[in-house]
Amino acid sequence: MAEVIPKLRVLKGAEPDLSAATYQIHDESHTIGNSLRWMLMKNPKVEFCGYSVPHPSENHIHLRIQMYDKLSSLDALLQALENLDNLCATVEDAYNTSLSSDAYERWSERS
Amino acid sequence: MASTSTLPQSAYNPRRHVGVHAERVSAVSSTEYPGHYPDEDHSWDLQKFSENLQVKVQRLSQRSIEFDLVGVDASIANAFRRIMIAEVPTIAIEHVYVWNNTSVIHDEVLAHRLGLVPLNADPALFDFRTPTGANAVPNDRNTLVFRLQVACERAPKGRGKEYLHDEVTSGDLVWVPQGEQAAVLGAAAAPAPTNKDIVLAKLRPGQEIDMELHAVKGVGKEHAKWSPVATASYRLHPLIVLNPARPVPAHRAAAFAACFSPGVVTLGADGALAIDARAMRADPVSREVLRHDEFAGCVELRRIRDWFLFAVEAEGPYPPERLLPAAVAVMRRKLAAIRAAAQALLADADAADADVEMGGA
Repeated sequence: MAEVIPKLRVLKGAEPDLSAATYQIHDESHTIGNSLRWMLMKNPKVEFCGYSVPHPSENHIHLRIQMYDKLSSLDALLQALENLDNLCATVEDAYNTSLSSDAYERWSERS
Repeated sequence: MASTSTLPQSAYNPRRHVGVHAERVSAVSSTEYPGHYPDEDHSWDLQKFSENLQVKVQRLSQRSIEFDLVGVDASIANAFRRIMIAEVPTIAIEHVYVWNNTSVIHDEVLAHRLGLVPLNADPALFDFRTPTGANAVPNDRNTLVFRLQVACERAPKGRGKEYLHDEVTSGDLVWVPQGEQAAVLGAAAAPAPTNKDIVLAKLRPGQEIDMELHAVKGVGKEHAKWSPVATASYRLHPLIVLNPARPVPAHRAAAFAACFSPGVVTLGADGALAIDARAMRADPVSREVLRHDEFAGCVELRRIRDWFLFAVEAEGPYPPERLLPAAVAVMRRKLAAIRAAAQALLADADAADADVEMGGA
């Protein structure tokens, strides 16, 4: 039984050079699916990108990436992951700056 | 329109607007992708993003926070919202061992109620329980133990009340330190429910409850008892734009103003109507004004697509201002896990290519 499910795998039917491929990402949902889709679509070399949750009781998502110019979709995916990480760091910095230096309303709330 | 100037000019860029009409919405999705507009580059640019990004805390109490997140796509804002609800870990009671329960409330119902009690224990100090490995069995790094022992009896005469311990509350949970927990956790506030006054069961003389409770680390997607928030939601910033070519007649100004939240429509110095940007923030964009034919064309209702007004209520170990950073940290951990898997895939693909070349040689 206890077969280890890979976090990421390429589904069959992908181009051998991975210029068009569908990835299955285990244990992820719309949270990562939609953000990754958006970041991949920000890449001008991406022809098409879409994600789906194939079945609500299967704990994975599918991410389809098609590239222009026979480029590798895996490289685009890695780039998008790094860009999203930079985005997260930027948002956190901006939030912490606002929290520590902005003048905002403080109020007391009874539980 | 004197007082509208409190919103930055960029907020009036029509490309950022979602249209709100009587029976439909328009321009809901962002179109800022490469290739959509000729001669415009919309590819990802961290520099441009961080210049554009605005995060501003608006209100903070000891239980809730409101902040603005401006300049991100809905998928990003939604990711943070979803993570705050479902994937930021907390500690909650998961296993209940009932030694004795003679109260009227059933074991399983009481166990469920106990699970929902928010605890103040810092989840960063705990490991997740796993089906296999070192954390498959309870130990002092993955389990908090509480004892609940309450017996109801008649109060002695003249005490002003009839019963003693007739209400079992969350304050009756007694923490039983295990292993090194007394040294590590006891130094700060001892693990306990965040609210001591939650009534868990009611007893009558002769009834008693005696249970051992094991609290473990988990996330809200498994069960809502592990969610660190009561609510985490956002809405888009409302925008009400008056049409200067079609002003509202002065004698109908009061009826027009009544279509919006109080204070949204104000009378400018020149006698013309204006929109107060501060009050507009809170307007529910009810579309009431669109029901009146006499105001047709006087005003347009919109929302700003990338201006998110977050409202988060904390209910658990996290102070409200730490919830977004916790969500960002979870998001970055997820990205790192996928990145590691993608790099492994890339290494596999390269190795396979090398094999093929060697086979051909």
